Amino acid sequence: MPPATAPDMRSQMRQNDHSSDASARRKSPGQQSPAQAEGIASGEMTTVSLKVNGTEHTVTLDNRTTLLDALREKLQLTGPKKGCDHGQCGACTVSVNGKRINSCLSLAVMHEDDEVTTIEGIGTADDLDPMQQAFIDHDGFQCGYCTPGQICSAKAVLEEIRAGSPSHVTEDLTARIEVTEAEIRERMSGNICRCGAYANILAAITEVAEERA
Amino acid sequence: MTVPLDSSDMPGPMKHVRKALPHDSAEMHVMGTATYIDDMPEPVGTLHVVPGWAREAVRGRIVSVNLDDVRSAPGVVAVLTAKDVPGINDCSSSFGGDPVLAEDEILFYGQVVFAVVATSRDAARRAAIRAKIEVSPITPILTPEDAIDADTTVLPDYQFRRGSPETGMTAAEEVLEGSMRIGGQEHFYLEGQVAMAQPQESGGMMVYTSTQHPTEVQHTVAKVLGVPDAAVTAEVRRMGGGFGGKESQANQWAALASLAARFTGQACKVRLDRDDDMIMTGKRHDFRVDWKIGYDLDGRIRAVDMEFLARCGYSPDLSLGVNDRTLFHADSSYFYPDASIRSRRLRTDTCSNTAFRGFGGPQGMLAAERMIDAIAIKLEKDPLDIRKLNFYDGERNLTPYGMPVEEFEVMHDLISQLEESSDYWNRRDDVNDFNSANAVLKKGLALTPVKFGISFTLKHLNQAGALVHLYTDGSVHLNHGGTEMGQGLYQKVAQVVAEEFGVTLDKVRITATNTSKVPNTSPTAASSGTDLNAMAAKVAAAEIKGRLIEFLCEQHQCGTDAIRFSDNKVFVADESFPLSEIAKQAHWARIQLSHAGFYATPGITWDRESATGRPFYYFAYGGACAEVTIDTMTGEMTVDRVDILHDVGHSINPAIDLGQIEGGFAQGMGWLTTEELVWDEKGRLRTHAPSTYKIPTAADIPADFNVQLYKGSGNPQSTVYRSKAVGEPPVMLANAVFCAINDAIASLSPGQIPNLDAPATPEAIMKAVQDLRSRRPSS
Ligand code: FES
Ligand code: FES
Repeated sequence: MPPATAPDMRSQMRQNDHSSDASARRKSPGQQSPAQAEGIASGEMTTVSLKVNGTEHTVTLDNRTTLLDALREKLQLTGPKKGCDHGQCGACTVSVNGKRINSCLSLAVMHEDDEVTTIEGIGTADDLDPMQQAFIDHDGFQCGYCTPGQICSAKAVLEEIRAGSPSHVTEDLTARIEVTEAEIRERMSGNICRCGAYANILAAITEVAEERA
Repeated sequence: MTVPLDSSDMPGPMKHVRKALPHDSAEMHVMGTATYIDDMPEPVGTLHVVPGWAREAVRGRIVSVNLDDVRSAPGVVAVLTAKDVPGINDCSSSFGGDPVLAEDEILFYGQVVFAVVATSRDAARRAAIRAKIEVSPITPILTPEDAIDADTTVLPDYQFRRGSPETGMTAAEEVLEGSMRIGGQEHFYLEGQVAMAQPQESGGMMVYTSTQHPTEVQHTVAKVLGVPDAAVTAEVRRMGGGFGGKESQANQWAALASLAARFTGQACKVRLDRDDDMIMTGKRHDFRVDWKIGYDLDGRIRAVDMEFLARCGYSPDLSLGVNDRTLFHADSSYFYPDASIRSRRLRTDTCSNTAFRGFGGPQGMLAAERMIDAIAIKLEKDPLDIRKLNFYDGERNLTPYGMPVEEFEVMHDLISQLEESSDYWNRRDDVNDFNSANAVLKKGLALTPVKFGISFTLKHLNQAGALVHLYTDGSVHLNHGGTEMGQGLYQKVAQVVAEEFGVTLDKVRITATNTSKVPNTSPTAASSGTDLNAMAAKVAAAEIKGRLIEFLCEQHQCGTDAIRFSDNKVFVADESFPLSEIAKQAHWARIQLSHAGFYATPGITWDRESATGRPFYYFAYGGACAEVTIDTMTGEMTVDRVDILHDVGHSINPAIDLGQIEGGFAQGMGWLTTEELVWDEKGRLRTHAPSTYKIPTAADIPADFNVQLYKGSGNPQSTVYRSKAVGEPPVMLANAVFCAINDAIASLSPGQIPNLDAPATPEAIMKAVQDLRSRRPSS
């Protein structure tokens, strides 16, 4: 999966389309009804099973419900935030089958049997994930609204680099990708922090990367 | 410095204050459990409100509004218009003119005409677009030039005048003039505007609102519903960012939620769609600044004439204070012997521009830096030399509004330290070398100062209240009128209260800002949150502690200096008791363990009418040195290195202060480089999502970014633990980036002043480069 490299709708949509290919092939999303074509509120309903943070959930929802809305409104997992609802800010980032996506750009019905991890599934108060701890240690937030998305993204960034998935700034596509500051900045650029806590966010991610290296 | 440092105000080693402690919500933030309003469990039957508007209209008379199809849409419970407002249909902060729901006229693109209340947000949104609104258009006034031609303003002109700028200009050896445009800025608080209202018994209303000004929300809701203020309670635990965009702009959405709740009897929630939010709410004011400056051949300023033409939008909102602050900062850090600094508050048929971190100050300062750069370019001197030559000093230390710059030595020292640490002069040589060796890429370097006046220029706002309870188990309940938007106010105030009581921080329970606990509060704005609220909380805690001390002195027959509070204990001479035990004893002795603290900033005497007196308690200082590279073929720009030194007095929490400085700089840099608001020729905002409005990302902050706190002797004024405000001043550190870009462009044609407008987007840079190249050499 190409990483999110910019708050650019097109690239984010490609990213989403790509990562949901597998599930989209497995089943057919609801057909569009005439009512939907007219844009009124009587979409078809589908029952979908999701494994979220290790727990199986079965929910019945309007086919047009995004994964983000399903998480927030059906499962009361309000960690993922809605910053823009257009795939442009990264506040809704969650992991689906190990890959990060903007959950506002993906329909819940496309995720039958998928494993979704939200910020709530990453660590507990007694056992914080190293990335969570690093964000605390480096003060990687101010208002905190972007933080769940930043942390979900940050974890995935390190995985992507480890898996050899190149980014816009990767110079040598054949060599092992180094975890450089440039790589982290580029790959984190789909997550807006309006408070501008970037320096500390980058410091937190770099620390975790170095600990793992 | 007029006020000597009082060492009695500088207690010995402290346990909580001046410590780089994490934000109070740190753990909740990283776990995603910090609750924002949209995360709160909704009461059963909660309805959702979506504002409806005339999507094509910019300015016009409403001919007809047909909402039949909206009402009949699935899930719709009610549709509200101006006729449904039981009280006064206005949500303005002071001067009126901001209808919650439009009456006969559309005043700007995005004005709310009706509100749909439905069982889900989705249903409400689908219904809202079915409205048929017929508007008979009126040609809108969009640009400052349109407004000047039509002579239309939202508020009267205002000015500072000193000496005779006319004579000064004639006496000056050289005179330069120019005009620049400075763009506005969208707040893009990551949490959009949101409010949830819950009807209470007998006409009461509980409003959870994402606002920097809960008191104003309370008053607005009461006014709109036609009930007494006491019937309404507004509460906010935290915001996902505010930046000034939730100072007055939260009112309308809280009012709509409350109106819907009143109408339906159910809890109602408004959560703006991001595009609607960007279209409907006000932004940073954009300006045209016309300037003229007289100076001598050394570069010393003789006289200044500046006119600030602000696009205020359709209503006054906070434009009075914003534009006043522009004038207050039109001197940046420079002494103007003779000056005329004028402001016009132009009325345009656009969203009503509002508070934004810096509150008009950044625009004033940027214009001053532009003039300095122009002098330097003309005289072919280094801009830093011209800056330093014109700094306020011991003799030339009166601002154009008559307040002395007492701490000019801090300004000089800070800038010379930064000059050193950024290695300015060696890098100047490197930049020159680079520029002579490269034809296409050009580097620029700039070191600019910040001097920002701290206090509300509306005198009555400089007050705060806090409510502190000590419980009999030794735990403390803390409440105050300040709001938390990520700036760490709650944490800082809690540190101050923990210090006062000698308790560990886990004993201090931080609670949501609520108008029923602390009434008649000021907005959390003007960087004053900590100065005001921490002081009020300290007063409250000290009062309770004082009562305990008095009680203990009597019990133990000792003097007050035998008593000390520390580590959740109270020490009486050699004995120590848990604070909980002392609290219990005091309670049994019928001593009140609760106090409402109050604080009003001393020494502020500003009188706007006569433009005399002292508007600011003190100034906060800073400096930034930026190096950039521009590509003169494409206009692309990168910020290579930034060094910042910033004065926060004695910091209450250095970690939080550093975060504010870095974040403020990033936001300022966005304002001056990538964030461009575009209205089309019809007056419709075309940049209403982050896809078209470019907010800095992790990849945009300087690769080499060094931020330090200035180590000085603390605030000479008696602020809380001698700290200084930090919220807004860092925004203006980004002026260095803009000036560095200007410097890079100027290198193309020595002696020629570039016409660079803000934001310096690649397009703006290209325009300035081409303009410079098209001029005849040395004309
Ligand atoms: S809410 Fe999904 S990217 Fe902004
Ligand atoms: S912490 Fe506020 S948006 Fe990142």
